Amino acid sequence: MAGLTISEKILSQHAGHTVRAGELCIVPVDGCMATDTTAPLAIRAFGEMGGETLFDPARFHLIIDHAAPAPNERIANLHQLMRQFATAQGCSLYDVGSGICHQVMTDHRKVQPGQVFMGADSHTPTYGALNAFACGMGSTDIAAIMLTGKTWLKVPATIKVVVHGHLQPGVSAKDLVLEVVRQLTISGATYQAVEYHGETVAAFSLSQRMVLCNMVAEMGAKTGLVSPEGLELPYAFTPVYADADASYSRVITIDAAAINPKIAIPDSPDAVHDADAYAGIKITYAFIGTCTNGRLDDLQEAARVLRGKHIAPGVRMVIAPASRQVLIDALSDGTIQTLVEAGATIINSGCGPCVGSHEGVPGDGEVVISTANRNFRGRMGNPNASIYLGSPRTVALSARYGFISSETSTHQNDTIP
Amino acid sequence: MITAKAHVYGDHIDTDRIIPGKYTKTLDLSTLAGHVMEDLDPDFHRNFTAGDIIVAGDNFGCGSSREQAPVALKAAGVSCIIARFYARIFFRNAINIGLPVLEIPDHDIARGDMLEVHLETGKVVNQTRQKTYQATRLPKVMLDIMQAGGLVPYLKKYNDYQLL
Ligand code: SF4
Repeated sequence: MAGLTISEKILSQHAGHTVRAGELCIVPVDGCMATDTTAPLAIRAFGEMGGETLFDPARFHLIIDHAAPAPNERIANLHQLMRQFATAQGCSLYDVGSGICHQVMTDHRKVQPGQVFMGADSHTPTYGALNAFACGMGSTDIAAIMLTGKTWLKVPATIKVVVHGHLQPGVSAKDLVLEVVRQLTISGATYQAVEYHGETVAAFSLSQRMVLCNMVAEMGAKTGLVSPEGLELPYAFTPVYADADASYSRVITIDAAAINPKIAIPDSPDAVHDADAYAGIKITYAFIGTCTNGRLDDLQEAARVLRGKHIAPGVRMVIAPASRQVLIDALSDGTIQTLVEAGATIINSGCGPCVGSHEGVPGDGEVVISTANRNFRGRMGNPNASIYLGSPRTVALSARYGFISSETSTHQNDTIP
Repeated sequence: MITAKAHVYGDHIDTDRIIPGKYTKTLDLSTLAGHVMEDLDPDFHRNFTAGDIIVAGDNFGCGSSREQAPVALKAAGVSCIIARFYARIFFRNAINIGLPVLEIPDHDIARGDMLEVHLETGKVVNQTRQKTYQATRLPKVMLDIMQAGGLVPYLKKYNDYQLL
């Protein structure tokens, strides 16, 4: 019999017997979280199910990140509901300014290798970077976990993505993942897991691995995982590897050296092209942040591009550090100072403009370039704006010149570090 | 059995189009229902009668995990959804909140067709075109949740998940 994929192994360990792709299983859930978009409904469903006390308060986390601080009294009251629930139940609550759920869970070590973690947010697969099996779910499924401590799952088939070679200078994990989204398309991994292998990703930092797993949501995948080879964490852990003879539904091999800076053009994350092909399109709004690319290395990359320079006239640049920890780190190493001097506006840690809930909404006809993961029409709060997605470097270069720019596009006489 | 008119949409209808993120921060059903499909189909409320059916192509409900998407559709009076296939979180959410969703990989339902949906068997009769389609069978746990009317009544009834 064939060996097991990482998903099959983690789910087998949790189910108490070997399970393979296609089988249904009931598994204990090691951790679970909900945000201010999804928690209020989950709390209500938990009550409707007859829930009085959480199955295990230590495993449940609430994060106020999607519209934080509250822009109006309606949302302020939902935040109150979450605070009251956390106090009454004794679960953790990460309040305004803590950061984006996925970064907060990672910073606070709430997800660890080999775990099953469920989140009421579609980018929960991000924790696959930590070698955990993590899926996004809706509020009622989360309520059931709050009540029972478990969930039912269909074990996903797995697509293996093998990446060889070195990325070119100026090309990042974001460009790589955009290429994977292009190849798999927005629904190409539906109901499946995406597992990343190869020496390129083995050399990746945790932050880079998070980029790869974050955007499996844009392939329709149930979860994403990076092989734990080369994974370094500040604590001891037992890695879960795929068996060498595991069976995959599909294998994709990518030559890292052949990847150029990529962008997704409006209105779908899988409309991916070389950034070069769109170089010169005028932009008025550049956004760096989100659970995809709002971490310290992303801000540092933007600072490298903008050090001693200024963003183009007519462009505004908004930066939302992914968490308070990211903000503190970017303050202490001077990254924030560089970015502010270059004309960027730093906003509080959280989802910010990503989902159009409370701040940084673009105007009609505006062209935005963003480091986010989604560019659906209306995503940032205005259906009459267009959104391009790119790496932090591409976004920073575009802000600097006022039009979509990448490493290889123009500005040859202007040396960029 | 549901007998109602089909409102047909295309492929990859994402949750931002079903209910934009800016309206999701609420527990108020009428707010959700009021803004459902507004960026995609500004005439939705003019043409839609409570009880009608939404029909779509591939990957309906892709994007965010917001349960507000099926909740908004249900609150607007959608009696059931038929698609070639769904984004997985949306599919699970819809069943969890008691909104029937049927997966029919090869339908050719057009706007305005009158449909007769048999939820128990997954059979859909297109009265306009004199055709019958069969929905993909759900795993037992999902069928039980759907038949109980959602995950809340299911857990009240069974107290725990039952796989078999
Ligand atoms: S940053 Fe954007 S994609 Fe990430 S959790 Fe927040 S709203 Fe979702």
